[in-house]
Amino acid sequence: MSNSKSRAMRLDVKKTYKLFIGGAFPRSESGRTYQVADSKGEFIANPSLASRKDLRDAVVAARSARAGWSGATAFNRGQILYRIAEMMEGRSAQFVDEIIALEGLTPSAAKKQVEEAIDLWVWYSGWCDKIGSIYGSTNAVSGSFYNFTIPDSLGVVAVFAPAKPSLLGLVHSLAPVLAGGNTAIVIASEKYPLSAITLSEAIGTSDVPGGVVNILTGSAAELAPWAASHMDIDGIDATGLNSTQEKEVRIAGADNLKRISSFKDGASPQRVLAFMENKTVWHPIGV
Amino acid sequence: MTFEYSSAPESKAIVTIDPVYKLFIGGKFVAPKAGKTFTTINPATEEVLAKIAYAEKSDVDKAVKAAQEGLKVWSKMAPSERGKYLYRIARIMQERAREFAVLETMDNGKPIRETRDVDIPLAAAHFFYHAGWADKLEHAGVGDNPKPYGVVGQIIPWNFPLLMLSWKIAPALATGNTVVLKPAETTPLTALLFAQVCQQAELPAGVVNIVTGDGATGAAIVNHPGINKIAFTGSTDVGKLIARSVAGTGKGLTLELGGKGANIVFEDAPMDETVEGIVNGIFFNQGHVCCAGSRLLVQENIQDELLEKLKRRMSQIRLGDPLDKNTDIGAINSREQLEKITELAISGDTEGAERFSAACTIPAKGFWYPPTFFTGVTQAHRIAREEIFGPVLSVISFRTPQEAIEKANNTPFGLSAGVWTDKGSRILWTAKHLRAGVIWANTFNKFDPASPFGGYKESGWGREGGRHGLAAYLKGAK
Amino acid sequence: MVTTAAALTDGSLSSIKGFLKTLSPVDQVGADARAAMLATRSIKTASKKWAIDMAISMIDLTTLEGADTDGKVKAICNKAIRPDPTDPSVPHVGAICVYNDMVTVARKQLDESGGHDIPVAAVSTAFPSGRASLEVKERDTKDAIANGATEIDMVIDRGAFLSGDLEKVFSEIVYIKSLCGDKAHLKVILETGELVTYDNVRRASFLAMAAGADFIKTSTGKVAPAATAPVVLVMLEAVRDFYQMTGVRIGVKPAGGIRTTKDAIKQLVLVKETAGEEWLNPGLFRIGASALLNDLLMQRQKLTSGHYGGANYVTLD
Repeated sequence: MSNSKSRAMRLDVKKTYKLFIGGAFPRSESGRTYQVADSKGEFIANPSLASRKDLRDAVVAARSARAGWSGATAFNRGQILYRIAEMMEGRSAQFVDEIIALEGLTPSAAKKQVEEAIDLWVWYSGWCDKIGSIYGSTNAVSGSFYNFTIPDSLGVVAVFAPAKPSLLGLVHSLAPVLAGGNTAIVIASEKYPLSAITLSEAIGTSDVPGGVVNILTGSAAELAPWAASHMDIDGIDATGLNSTQEKEVRIAGADNLKRISSFKDGASPQRVLAFMENKTVWHPIGV
Repeated sequence: MTFEYSSAPESKAIVTIDPVYKLFIGGKFVAPKAGKTFTTINPATEEVLAKIAYAEKSDVDKAVKAAQEGLKVWSKMAPSERGKYLYRIARIMQERAREFAVLETMDNGKPIRETRDVDIPLAAAHFFYHAGWADKLEHAGVGDNPKPYGVVGQIIPWNFPLLMLSWKIAPALATGNTVVLKPAETTPLTALLFAQVCQQAELPAGVVNIVTGDGATGAAIVNHPGINKIAFTGSTDVGKLIARSVAGTGKGLTLELGGKGANIVFEDAPMDETVEGIVNGIFFNQGHVCCAGSRLLVQENIQDELLEKLKRRMSQIRLGDPLDKNTDIGAINSREQLEKITELAISGDTEGAERFSAACTIPAKGFWYPPTFFTGVTQAHRIAREEIFGPVLSVISFRTPQEAIEKANNTPFGLSAGVWTDKGSRILWTAKHLRAGVIWANTFNKFDPASPFGGYKESGWGREGGRHGLAAYLKGAK
Repeated sequence: MVTTAAALTDGSLSSIKGFLKTLSPVDQVGADARAAMLATRSIKTASKKWAIDMAISMIDLTTLEGADTDGKVKAICNKAIRPDPTDPSVPHVGAICVYNDMVTVARKQLDESGGHDIPVAAVSTAFPSGRASLEVKERDTKDAIANGATEIDMVIDRGAFLSGDLEKVFSEIVYIKSLCGDKAHLKVILETGELVTYDNVRRASFLAMAAGADFIKTSTGKVAPAATAPVVLVMLEAVRDFYQMTGVRIGVKPAGGIRTTKDAIKQLVLVKETAGEEWLNPGLFRIGASALLNDLLMQRQKLTSGHYGGANYVTLD
């Protein structure tokens, strides 16, 4: 049964916004959600309100994925990250719509943000197999020794994404963590979470091994202390936290000497190096 | 009953070879002014594959002008945009990988297993890798504000046609140059297919220009005043000629020339893997490899054992139809090259070395040479000094590490060397003393876009690949 | 031929260590690369048919479960004799492999159903762990032989190997071999997944051969990784070298993880291009497997019918 009226009034199938953990899209184990409103105050979605247990599960997933991700060749990581950019490009329209709705930007400003975000992701993809050639070295030590230093990936890094720009700011923080061979748990901006979830869908279709990237939506204020005190998280990008929260994270994070950084400026290989460790090896030279 | 492998041919259906090919200039396929052509054949069957446009001086001139026009667009572009074109090219090469592999095998004579598993994947990887450098040059340690040369002329050999094209074009474009490239006379087809890829990637017109021809075409490129830099891979003799030609012109020049690589085997080497490394070092790609391990320097106390194992291993090398997936050694690229190999190998006989060849069934048509080694070779033999560029290995013995180094270095070449031993410190000591640009320890013939490649001494100037390879295409950089 | 197997070592620790030190090291990356290259061999048409039939005849059809029953064992015996009831041209498998308390049932079923020439192999010496006293291992082996097993698949003591007690590993093999006498051939399981490095696999292979193994076997099938291609490569290199030294050919049995026809054919390629054609028969090469047989049958059917088969066209047991 069809008539022209029903065709004109087609109901769209709305997306359910879920978490992204271990390559799957579960709801919060707590069953909680919260309401997100657009820039005009209208209801937009009920994303999951992630709990500390979701965070714990995400850390387990990120840790299991670590050996495979850091053990892959840098070239292979670069290829996978580039593939994510391909998938992001395919979802441009969805990203743009969400940014317009949430951030209240004009279509052209939203489009510009999305394009910048994708290009920035491509920029970081190209760093994977080049970081070592610039920031590694052979060191002229005294004695018959070959001595070299290589940057090594840190491990599991929690990323507190900045609020705005909702997609671009997230990419600024997440891409360098992955380029350095780490696995990540992103805590998306509470007020502007949709870009993060759409990004997780792009990642979910990009041959990224499950657990390499995990994305939680919810309250940074609630989750930050749990992340800061979690002994199996190696580093934190605290860019999305305010100064009080960051200070508390640094205090709690001292328990396992987490490497904690917060960034104000833009793209730089230093952001990749911030979550890497330098390893120096000595070997005798002799017959 | 024996386990004979039935023929396992790769299908040719994926490839379309046109009867005639034109030049690729300014983003289009254009006929050469004088309308001359030459043919390219399949060296395994001697059948003609296609007629190829012959570029004369005026055609080269047209290509250079197109490259200059292309430069205007290319240089105004944001570096990240240049990078994205290179990513596109890499992805399309991956998509059309099988097509490239079959075509390369037909035009060059090398086995499909090699084109499929080595040549083509590496070629695509070079574009992928260099795409990432396009917008990071200020970090590359080549100066704060590195500048491209402008239009670069590139001349490549026939031994790894598409791979050599990638080694040239990828860094040149990534650093902001535009190119005029001449593929080798006997292997133009994959370069022309690459031109199609440039069109599919919507690369701006004139950024890449492919001019087919012979040595005279190459000379026209070398001498063209509109070209600011020459990159050449080929024989040392021609390299020297080019060096003389560009002297005083201010043109940048990098050269990747011949070699006579020493593969040094110490007594504690991992035996089976060493034998593989020797076979790979000299018989891979029919020995048509500038960095081939063409001299086996073996510690005398394990020589007999090693050679027995080597003979046994060589008896398993499968020579034949390059399109058969089980073929290990394909055809020699041309009659001319076959004659060179034959002549040099005969000098080994006449100068008193002892020949061993694997027993292979040689097909009736095509150009073939069985895997061969000579023992009793000393430094004075021609086969110890001259590059054969074929599947012929010269075996020389040594007694001490110092002697191995002296013999390895006792050559005007300095491209590559190999060292096989279980002892790490000896690897590093040997690497320290070898005068060679690429040293493989417990492996051989490994290539990667991130690994700089090039030679000492008469093996050339400059490096290709890695951060160091970018310097070749940036003015003012070392 | 350089020497006899017995002359390689006198079984004392210093002698064993000295002998093993003479072995050439293995480069892991190089071995992996060689195995990977051989895996690219494309085996089609007539050579594929030959390989499938050869692989079937090399299978040690295995059931080693705590839940094994007489019924289960009888069923695989029938399958071993007549892998495809619709096609009598299919060869029978190489052997049946069971726990020693199932040997009697297996032997009886085979003899009563036309499988007289299919041997019964029994796993022994506290399989799979090998953690028991020598008396228990002795009893384990004697029971198997008394019940009709003509092949014994023993495990080496990996703990002893890894802690350097090579004399213990060696003497146990010698002893079990003496129990086998001329009644049974001895396969020695190295459990390569626990030995981890290829150097260890090579050394353990030579140790087992010097001690009298008739076959060296990769794994119990209870530990992963089991019969990976590089491990089988290293073991084939070892038997080849042992032959050069002593003139004696020792067999190789990969077990565990070989599930598809492709896997099996890759094994045969490894044998051909490493040890040589002389090893391409069930007397010198066996494949420990269970699910593999049906995949071989389906591929065999495809070669004749031209289309892909399904699970309903091969029997479960």
